[in-house]
Order: sequence, then C-alpha cells, then structure tokens
Amino acid sequence: MKARVEVMLRNGVLDPQGEAVRHALGALGFDGVHGVRQGKVIELDLADGTSEADVHQMCERLLANTVIESYQIEIS
Amino acid sequence: MMRAAVIVFPGSNCDRDLAVALRAAGADVTMVWHKNSDLPENIDLVGVPGGFSFGDYLRCGAIAANSPICRSLKAHAERGGYVMGICNGFQVLSETGLLPGVLLRNAGLKYICKTVGLRVETSASAFTQGYNAGDVVDIPIAHHDGNYFADAETRKMLQSEERIAFRYTANPNGSLDDIAGILSPNRRVLGMMPHPERAADSGHGGTDGQALFRALATNLTVA
Repeated sequence: MKARVEVMLRNGVLDPQGEAVRHALGALGFDGVHGVRQGKVIELDLADGTSEADVHQMCERLLANTVIESYQIEIS
Repeated sequence: MMRAAVIVFPGSNCDRDLAVALRAAGADVTMVWHKNSDLPENIDLVGVPGGFSFGDYLRCGAIAANSPICRSLKAHAERGGYVMGICNGFQVLSETGLLPGVLLRNAGLKYICKTVGLRVETSASAFTQGYNAGDVVDIPIAHHDGNYFADAETRKMLQSEERIAFRYTANPNGSLDDIAGILSPNRRVLGMMPHPERAADSGHGGTDGQALFRALATNLTVA
C-alpha cells in the first residue's frame, strides 16, 4: 500500500520561499498571482496492513513539525 | 572541573570549535557520536553543535533530534542537566521539544554569515551570568534558517518568564521579537543561533563569547 503525505506551512506562518516564487512569477509576466504557498509531498511505500493511525504517528513524530506545519494523509 | 559532552552528528561542523572553547574555559570534554545511546557518566553539560546535521534533510535538526543519543540528551535535561545548542544545535533542541518554537528559513532567503550585535536580556542563567543584562556583545552568525517563530502566547510566556537570553540589536533574519536565544523553564537549556565559540579566542577577531564559557565552567565546577 502507499500513502501520500502533504505537508504545508500553517496559515499565518510566513513562507519566504513561496513569496520568492510569487515574485518570480510576477517577473515572468504572470499578473494576478496573489499568493504562493510552498509545501512538500512525501510518498510512503508501506507494508500491507499499516494503519492510517501509524502514518498519523509518523507525521506527528517526524514528517511534520506541527508547531508550524499541517499535514494531510491520502492512503491508496 | 566541569564535565562536558559534545554530540557529533553526520554533518556537524562546529563540534570541534565548541570543544576547543569549552576546554579553553577549563572543561573536560568528551566527543559523543550520535549513534551512541548513552552519554558518558556524570556529565554536567551537553553541547549540541552547529553544522548541517543529516544535510538539513526534511527540516533542519529534525532527523538529528530522533538520533539514539537524543533520548539520553532529553533524559539529561529532564534530570536537570545543562544543555546548550548552538545554531544547528538550537534547531535540534527545538525539534526535540526541549525548547519551544521553530527556526524558519531566513526572511531574506539568504544564508547570512557575519558578526552581529546581541543584547544580553538576562544574566540569570549559568550561561549568561558572565554578562550584565543590557550588555551588547558582538557574536558571529552563520545560518540559512535562523528565523525564530513561535506563537504569540509562547513569546509572551518567554518574555514574562525572562527566558529570552539574547536579542539581535539589528534583526538580520526576521526572527519574531528579535529573538536570538532562549532558555528552558528551569534555565538550564539554552538554544541560540549565534556562535559564541567563534568569538572565544583573540585569534577569532573577537572574544565576546568567552564570558559565556567561563561562566559555565565556574558555575558547573562547584560540586
């Protein structure tokens, strides 16, 4: 089984990298980009039977720092 | 004599500088590889050095914070032992949860390597006792992710408990409230982005960091 974890900075946490991307898009002539937030996607190849609760623990303990980041898990 | 251990992770690069500064202040220093699960016995202070542990993969300090040695580090801190984390070491301590908050990417997105002014905010700790509150010292910074972030409630608590050890006099990286270094509730764990070990010898071009190591050695040698 596979799990896909999306980690994003929480709203209200400054994302200077996203801001830099937004500026670069503006410089390329793409007007109207009001905001860019940059996150990361982590794909996990898991043994069958791994529970969503286990993946949740992985996120809490390592994959995300919940002081600044939120995460979403997609199991397939 | 103060007994100190300096943890070495793959990618640490200020471990020896920290050991040199501690020894110069009179400490007995043992280097400890991160895969060891135990610290040497009767250690007074654990130093978590600067560098790029595990290549800063995932988040700065996140993988190091889950190294075998960090379980012992946490136990040492919970027993009331002293810990100091410098630069990447501060990032590791925040990831272990021993210190609140997170170090984000610098607001200007640039790696910054220069000497900055720090205001000593409290002399009430074994680390800062060698200074007077309000002193301004010159200490180098060298980081890409030193932008201190914590929610408003946490920062209010740090302020009211006088746990902000150092503030930048001219904020270089976007840190909230100009925070450069903080203390744990029992004031025995210090995390700071600037490098006092790089201002601890006349050959460094500055010696403002010496007072920190000397105060530690004096404080932790009593027993």
